[in-house]
Amino acid sequence: MTTIKINGVARDVDAANDTPLLWVIRDHLEMTGTKFGCGAGLCGSCTVHVDGKAVRSCQTQLSDAAGKSVTTIEGLDPNGNHPVQKAWRKLNVPQCGYCQSGQIMQAASLLAENGAPTDGEITDAMSGNICRCGCYQRIHAAVRLAAGGV
Amino acid sequence: MLHYLEQAARERVSETTQAVVKKVEGSRRSFLKGGAALTGLVVALHVMPKSAAAFKPYNHGGHAMPHGVVADPNVFVSIAKDGTVTIVAHRSEMGTGSRTYVPMIIAEELDADWSRVKIVQAEGDEPKYGNQDTDGSRSLRHHVQPARIMGASVRHMLVSAAVKQWGVARSDIRAANHEIVHVPTGRKVGYGDLAEAAMQETVPVFDALDFKDEADFRYVGKGEIQLYDLHDITTGKAVYGADIIRPGMKFAAVARPPVLGATVKSHDASAAMKIKGVEKVVPIPGANIPAKFAPMGGLAVVATSTWAAIKGRDALVIEWSDSPHAGYDSDAYHKEMSANAKQPGKVLRAQGDTAAAFKNAAKVVSAEYYQPHMAHVAMEPLVAVADVKDGKAEIWGPLQSPYGARQDIAAALEMDEADVTTHVTLLGGGFGRKSQCDFAIEAAHVSKAVGAPIKLQWTREDDIRNAFYHTTSVERIEAAVDSSNKVVGWRHNSVAPSILSIFAPDSGHQFFIEAAMGHVDNPFEIANMSIENGKAMAHNRVAWFRSVSNVPRAFAVQSFVGELAHELGKDPKDMLLELIGSDRIIDPKLLPKDHWNYGEPYDEFPIDTARLKNVVRLAADKAGWGKKLPKGEALGIAAHRSFVSYIASVVHVKIADDGSISVPEVHTAIDCGFTITPERVAAQVEGSAVFGMTLALYSAITYKNGAVEQSNYHDYEMSRMNRFPEKVHTHIVPHKFETHATGVGEPALPPFAPALANAIFAATGKRLRDLPFGEKV
Repeated sequence: MTTIKINGVARDVDAANDTPLLWVIRDHLEMTGTKFGCGAGLCGSCTVHVDGKAVRSCQTQLSDAAGKSVTTIEGLDPNGNHPVQKAWRKLNVPQCGYCQSGQIMQAASLLAENGAPTDGEITDAMSGNICRCGCYQRIHAAVRLAAGGV
Repeated sequence: MLHYLEQAARERVSETTQAVVKKVEGSRRSFLKGGAALTGLVVALHVMPKSAAAFKPYNHGGHAMPHGVVADPNVFVSIAKDGTVTIVAHRSEMGTGSRTYVPMIIAEELDADWSRVKIVQAEGDEPKYGNQDTDGSRSLRHHVQPARIMGASVRHMLVSAAVKQWGVARSDIRAANHEIVHVPTGRKVGYGDLAEAAMQETVPVFDALDFKDEADFRYVGKGEIQLYDLHDITTGKAVYGADIIRPGMKFAAVARPPVLGATVKSHDASAAMKIKGVEKVVPIPGANIPAKFAPMGGLAVVATSTWAAIKGRDALVIEWSDSPHAGYDSDAYHKEMSANAKQPGKVLRAQGDTAAAFKNAAKVVSAEYYQPHMAHVAMEPLVAVADVKDGKAEIWGPLQSPYGARQDIAAALEMDEADVTTHVTLLGGGFGRKSQCDFAIEAAHVSKAVGAPIKLQWTREDDIRNAFYHTTSVERIEAAVDSSNKVVGWRHNSVAPSILSIFAPDSGHQFFIEAAMGHVDNPFEIANMSIENGKAMAHNRVAWFRSVSNVPRAFAVQSFVGELAHELGKDPKDMLLELIGSDRIIDPKLLPKDHWNYGEPYDEFPIDTARLKNVVRLAADKAGWGKKLPKGEALGIAAHRSFVSYIASVVHVKIADDGSISVPEVHTAIDCGFTITPERVAAQVEGSAVFGMTLALYSAITYKNGAVEQSNYHDYEMSRMNRFPEKVHTHIVPHKFETHATGVGEPALPPFAPALANAIFAATGKRLRDLPFGEKV
């Protein structure tokens, strides 16, 4: 049994230590906002925060998250009104929406570290997150909008 | 899909039916059901309804689809006592917004307050809802008209109820934002209070309906109504296929044959069974080729979590049988297609005397273009949840064609269709792949075998190696030029394995629907033309991919226009306009007898060269065509009609000193007829540019010894934020409702790659004829 703190709540998980945090969140804790995209750290769909920093949950083993504080899209803001979420809605960023949890978590992590990123810094921080619908133009604009205050 | 074939057959029947229909059947049912509704509309045209100014009904391809169009407000709309208007979305949502915007059209005509509208997703049930196969860029194009009719019908029924309750004249009553108002007295009643009485009203006939003037639209054409699921998407609450959880559910992953047609010869599951959580190994039946959408076969590992199932699957030791497709090799196949393209192909469209034009030519220009297979790789890997028990099957998943899936699952499980239910979740992207329901059939087989609900998850590797791929193609084009530098002959031989090969024994030739996508529908005004199709046998599963055959055809034809411009010393935009020629409707007699016009009647949706030229000029003007750019930068242009829409793109390319390709700006002009949701049209255009960039720079599925060589995003790359078209400007040609709404989800894609290739040529002098180009030139 491993204990992790997820969205502020301590949860016991009965899973092998090498189980990716992604599947712990989705299958064991039944929180489905975090998405599976590639299982190889290549697309960013599964991005969550561990101790405030964006990580790919498909590349983070349960044992690595033990005792740490994990935040998922469900816990980013109690009312879903984190500036990044608000900016996303204001600019109508999503198309299919599947990658957006990961995009939003990545952007929130960037802005937590750097409240006034340059265009290049936004691009660098977001280039690990793939959007097959191709919403990058609006994602970039939304990160900029969130940084400026929505 | 088979529907395309069925559709084509029905279309002909439907045209005949229209010709002989003389009377409107007066009963309510006849008005409401698909084909009969058409009958009503066609006749209504002749009797000039009073609403004709606001709404002139027209015939469209929706009626010819399997199960046609249902415009029954009793099926799609209900109003609760508290005033909540519930509208059924019967199209699958994969990112275009159709789940939001077909209901929005109903709400517009109903004059409902959008904040009081609730959308519920239909199960797969075409006899009830009409066609639900969400592809072909058809949702708004086929449903704007029935949605307006349904909205106006419900409004009429509410007004009728008020007339009876108040004992006043209908002419004194108006609907306004969820209320019925008696104009002379100002008396008002909410929709909720009238709902029960309104539902007792007979659904009005078309002639009785009043439609809103376009000037009074509050939602349609404004672009202000946001995606219904937007808040849920940004908070992680939106439900996709993998987000379904059922009590007692188990998890499955499948080992599939690496080569099409191979089967499990022997296997050893002992290592798999030792993995914690693995419970069982279940065979998945494959099917003989042509297998339509049947699974490829293989072995499923059932476990207590997705991770255990995947680990168990990876631990299986399987010996696969040989397959007739084990020799499939992309390099060799490219050479074979190229050799075939140089031979005369089957002639699909002939005009003038092409042989003489080439014989007498002052100059002959020729070029050959290649496009490899591609995979859709929607961000959501394929997944389905199935619960098969007590003679019933319930399926949840990202299904592009939920009723087709229901039929296929029923057939696979040898069950009655009535005992199978398909629930549609949001689709995390589709691009054509989720029209094939092999993944849902797999889940159903496994659930039946283990007697528990199953979530069957594909990995990204499974998705890339077991797609229904975009065809590969060689397009060879030759032009005969006379002594006055005019193109007088055109020969285009398209060689590509056909989608038909998954449905029927492979003839090696494409069928009329593939031919109609940028090939026989060539809009150029050239006296002598030979449009041909050479032989190519399929060795993998080829099916629908966003824009389908338009991708290689537009790439070839529009790149070749750029090559001709260079050879003849003309400006590329002028060359394109010159080839399109005079303003005209392409005479259908020039087209093959079986010409497929994206399922639309040709007289209502003809090939109009003036509209094509207009988008060329619009995109060029907006992009500042001809402007001076720094060294290493240039503009390229391409235009293409597909899904009955007209699109032109001007791509601005920037080549860095190391040859690295970037696209700072794109101007795309789109003429998609009446525009219901301009903001989402722009989203589709922006997304198509990124999809186009991916396709142009990276996308290649290659085969060696019959197996796909790629596996995940590291070797099947996507355009990312560090390399995407940065500023995409969308210029929509404005139209009234009378200019029919046409496709949007696909048509913006085909012009991108050739516009980029033309820009790269202009910037560097290098002509790229083989997709993909790579990141550097």
